[in-house]
Amino acid sequence: MKRLLILSTALTGLAFSASAQELTVMSWGGAYGEAQTEAHVKPWAAASGFAAKMTDSDNPATPVKAMVEAGNVTVDVVSIEYADAIRLCDEGMLEPIDVAALPAGADGTAAADDFLAGAVTECAVSTDIWSNVFAYDTTKITGTVPTTAADFFDLTKFPGKRGLKKGPKAVLEFALIADGVPVGEVYNVLGTPEGVDRAFAKLDTIKADVVWWEAGSQAPQLLADGEVAMTTAYNGRIFNAAIAENKPFEIVWDGQIYENEMYAIPKGAPNKDKALEFIAYATSTEGLRAQATYISYGPARKSALKEELVYKDGKTVMGPHLPTAPENMGNALETSADFWVDRNAELNERFNAWLAQ
Amino acid sequence: MALPIYASPLERLWHYTYIVLCTAIFVFLIAPILVVIPLSFNAEPYFTFTEAMLHFDPVGYSIRWYDALLTLGMQAPDGIRDNAWWTDMWENATWVRAAKNSIIIGFWSTILATVLGTLAALGLSRPEMPYRRLVMAILISPMIVPIIIIATGLFFFYSNPCSILGFQCGRLTSTYLGVILAHTTLGIPFVIITVTATLSGFDQSLIRASASLGASPRVTFFKVIMPLILPGVVSGALFAFVTSFDEVVAVLFIAGPDQQTIPRQMWNGIREAISPAILAVATILVVISIALLATVELLRRRSERLRGVAPH
Amino acid sequence: MADVTAAAQTAPLLTTADGRPLKTALAAAQSRAKRRAFLLVAPLLAFVVLTFIVPIGQMLDRSFHHDGFSSNAPATVAWFAANPEGTAPDEAAFAALAADMKLMKDNKTAGEAGTRVNYTLSETRSLITKTARNADDLAPPFAAAFLAIDDRWDDPAVWQAMRSSASAYTADFYLSALDLERADDGSIKRVSEEGRIYVYLFVKTFVVSAIITVICLLLAFPVAHLLATLPMAKANLLMILVLLPFWTSLLVRTTSWIVLLQGEGVVNDILISLGFITDDGRLKMIYNQTGTIIVMTHVLLPFMILPLYSVMRVIPPSYARAARSLGATSWTTFRRIYLPQTLPGIGAGSLLVFILAVGYFITPALVGGADGQLISNLIDFHMKNSNWSMAAALSAMLLAGVLVLYWLYDRLIGIDNLKLG
Repeated sequence: MKRLLILSTALTGLAFSASAQELTVMSWGGAYGEAQTEAHVKPWAAASGFAAKMTDSDNPATPVKAMVEAGNVTVDVVSIEYADAIRLCDEGMLEPIDVAALPAGADGTAAADDFLAGAVTECAVSTDIWSNVFAYDTTKITGTVPTTAADFFDLTKFPGKRGLKKGPKAVLEFALIADGVPVGEVYNVLGTPEGVDRAFAKLDTIKADVVWWEAGSQAPQLLADGEVAMTTAYNGRIFNAAIAENKPFEIVWDGQIYENEMYAIPKGAPNKDKALEFIAYATSTEGLRAQATYISYGPARKSALKEELVYKDGKTVMGPHLPTAPENMGNALETSADFWVDRNAELNERFNAWLAQ
Repeated sequence: MALPIYASPLERLWHYTYIVLCTAIFVFLIAPILVVIPLSFNAEPYFTFTEAMLHFDPVGYSIRWYDALLTLGMQAPDGIRDNAWWTDMWENATWVRAAKNSIIIGFWSTILATVLGTLAALGLSRPEMPYRRLVMAILISPMIVPIIIIATGLFFFYSNPCSILGFQCGRLTSTYLGVILAHTTLGIPFVIITVTATLSGFDQSLIRASASLGASPRVTFFKVIMPLILPGVVSGALFAFVTSFDEVVAVLFIAGPDQQTIPRQMWNGIREAISPAILAVATILVVISIALLATVELLRRRSERLRGVAPH
Repeated sequence: MADVTAAAQTAPLLTTADGRPLKTALAAAQSRAKRRAFLLVAPLLAFVVLTFIVPIGQMLDRSFHHDGFSSNAPATVAWFAANPEGTAPDEAAFAALAADMKLMKDNKTAGEAGTRVNYTLSETRSLITKTARNADDLAPPFAAAFLAIDDRWDDPAVWQAMRSSASAYTADFYLSALDLERADDGSIKRVSEEGRIYVYLFVKTFVVSAIITVICLLLAFPVAHLLATLPMAKANLLMILVLLPFWTSLLVRTTSWIVLLQGEGVVNDILISLGFITDDGRLKMIYNQTGTIIVMTHVLLPFMILPLYSVMRVIPPSYARAARSLGATSWTTFRRIYLPQTLPGIGAGSLLVFILAVGYFITPALVGGADGQLISNLIDFHMKNSNWSMAAALSAMLLAGVLVLYWLYDRLIGIDNLKLG
């Protein structure tokens, strides 16, 4: 009886085990993964005739390292944060991607010139630019509205709780920007012990009134529930709440901290060539534009920004909602991958110690 | 729980306090579930009671999240709901597939954990068992190691399970077998604990009596031992099933895209937006489990009546 | 003495029916019984050893084994071996490092090596990757060439960090997990005050888990008693209420507690409409320690109720009646008669709840606000950043703590008395 059970279990396992003749893309799930599925995975599969599917992970960078180290790579393309793309590439966990293999822009500009600075690295190509912004509820804050990063920290002018991401990344930078550090100087300042102290001192001024969020989904929920007067959030999520769900949320772009989200190929991916084809397709002008019609994260090609983009509802013009829009870039900072790869652990420890005080 | 006749006034007061206290604890246990059910009919994608809901305005309610359970992941969700639509739903809808996976994985891991666990518990409860404490500690250990460590350890091991034998063979990650084995490991301690607890009250001389009356070990097991330890086995199996059914960390590491389970699907997208569809899933599961538990209870009462045992 | 031996030898040997000496037969039967008992356990034991002990062992091995630097920088490692601790890096050292940098550039392993050194000293990863990228510029005199790329290369702390990474086996991760670090001269000191976190979190994790265990026990005891003393039919109906939360996903329960407890939440609204609190005086029940404890208690309560219930159900009520008839007050009866009999259930439930509480991290992270960090969150953080070694070291220490408790439990109550459901 037992042997029979084990045997049939084994057979079930074999019968269902994933086949290699299929491109597997791993992303973050949720609305974001859905946008990539609709804009990239499904159309590519239809165009190339090669089956493709989307899967998701809590953070796709984690399984990459584990898979490569274990010599058991089951995904072909991963969507990972910029800092992870740099780190994994340095550690030899990703296949190199030659920028010459990427298609030229729709206007004929070569890929190397078409992509924004930093959007193509040795091993990864930008799929979009997303941003940490802060937002408020226009029905709760009336009259004078917050317009600068400093307003987020001004409890007298704008009383009420603040929602902040529970982690040092983008939070320390935001505090320094609010404290008057020019965006170009932020990482120089943060690189010194005094600068770190200064960031924490700024955070101290609102610490008692902060509601810390852990998962990205919590931020708009806090705002919707009236738990906080303002909260930092991923801009796409606030856009979704405001446009698709008609929530009275307004984004303040001053002091936004943006970064590229990257497509990369784990070393030893089962369908390496197809993966490269997929990335070329997805990061073409059309591919990037297609994704931006589903979620308000900006395409990283100049050619993709030339014509107006329209949201999937058919009427909302995406331009002003993207982090890359010129009017939103007035006081914007790009996260420094090198800084965070080096100091993530240390600053996270310090951040947790500070939280616990 | 009647009050004894000799209770003093103080004891009477305490008795009523006690009843109130217990009621309060039951309310505490059930409160989150009471919140989940109405919220699953929320028309908005937030976990908030809207004004419209509080005024019982039909506008505030909808079954969109139940609908989303069916349509998410379908090839053609917007068509007319004919046979082809239902086939599409059954084959492709993300939540339906997740439910199937949860049931397959939960079922097989429960069977494995229960069979292996019960056998081991039988051995462990024998007085002759050598190194009992050590073996018991090893068998219970999956319960005491934080799940995140187990999941990573299993991932590395399952990536190349034959490596300890020094050669390469297939992998267990991204297979049903891998997830089933992982969940079996997690469920085993519960089976061991419940079954050994039941066996601790088991009279070993019954086995000898059965043997002396000519029963083979097989017959003894099925006719004597099994009926007596069945409640423990069932409750262990229940724990094992629940463990598998609500487990997400091991699935996260070991499962591939084809083995996504219900809890895995629930955590999907926590970075962007948690879909209130999870509340619809929870409501459905609550309804199913109430129905199941009630059926079991009714069957029990029926069999008591048939056996002529007066129900209390 | 001699007489006794002689008598034993002369006495007729006890034999079984088939003529074998009784002693041998008994020993054979006993070892057969032993074997049979062991054979029943063997399949599961093999299964657990293979699918659990081995993987966990492999995982914990990483907490003191990391060859990211040692395997990728052989020349530098050799120089460290040849020169005792405290030797200032000479030209030979820089030459060795230059050779390794070229090797790392060719093999694309600078990130791996840098990551290892970075665990010991922050900001060395970018130093090493940057230098390896420019490895072609490294020419004699090497010391000057290195300093031309980055002036941190004459920092003794950097060399100390590399020395400490030069061995594949290291205690560095355990040092970090204890908020300790190596000073430039190799001695061990505590990290600066604002960086100390792990010891605090270990203590907090155990304290919070203990509080949750006690609250669970206090809440579960009356409920289990009620269930155990009610008639079966009623008890089973109430049991559904205990089991229902089990079937509801952790994420759903956590989310619905947020809906209930938050400032604008259901509980506060009810309290206001009943007039207990004013609109300005809304209670803060979530995004703090209170929230963690309330939600975790709810999640773990069934794990306490079920073992208690299974023990209480078999306690005969006649004992209590006998005690009362002999003149004991109800308090004495409870304390001297009832409570001692429930001890196995209390022990099993407490152990279970405590261990599960120690390992939970998602719920505290979502509802605990600034207080929501427990040691498991940091394990999760290091896992997410692929720092397996640090995660493994923290896990090993957590595991050690849990094992001590487990051992204490075995001593005090006995693992055989573990009862559940």
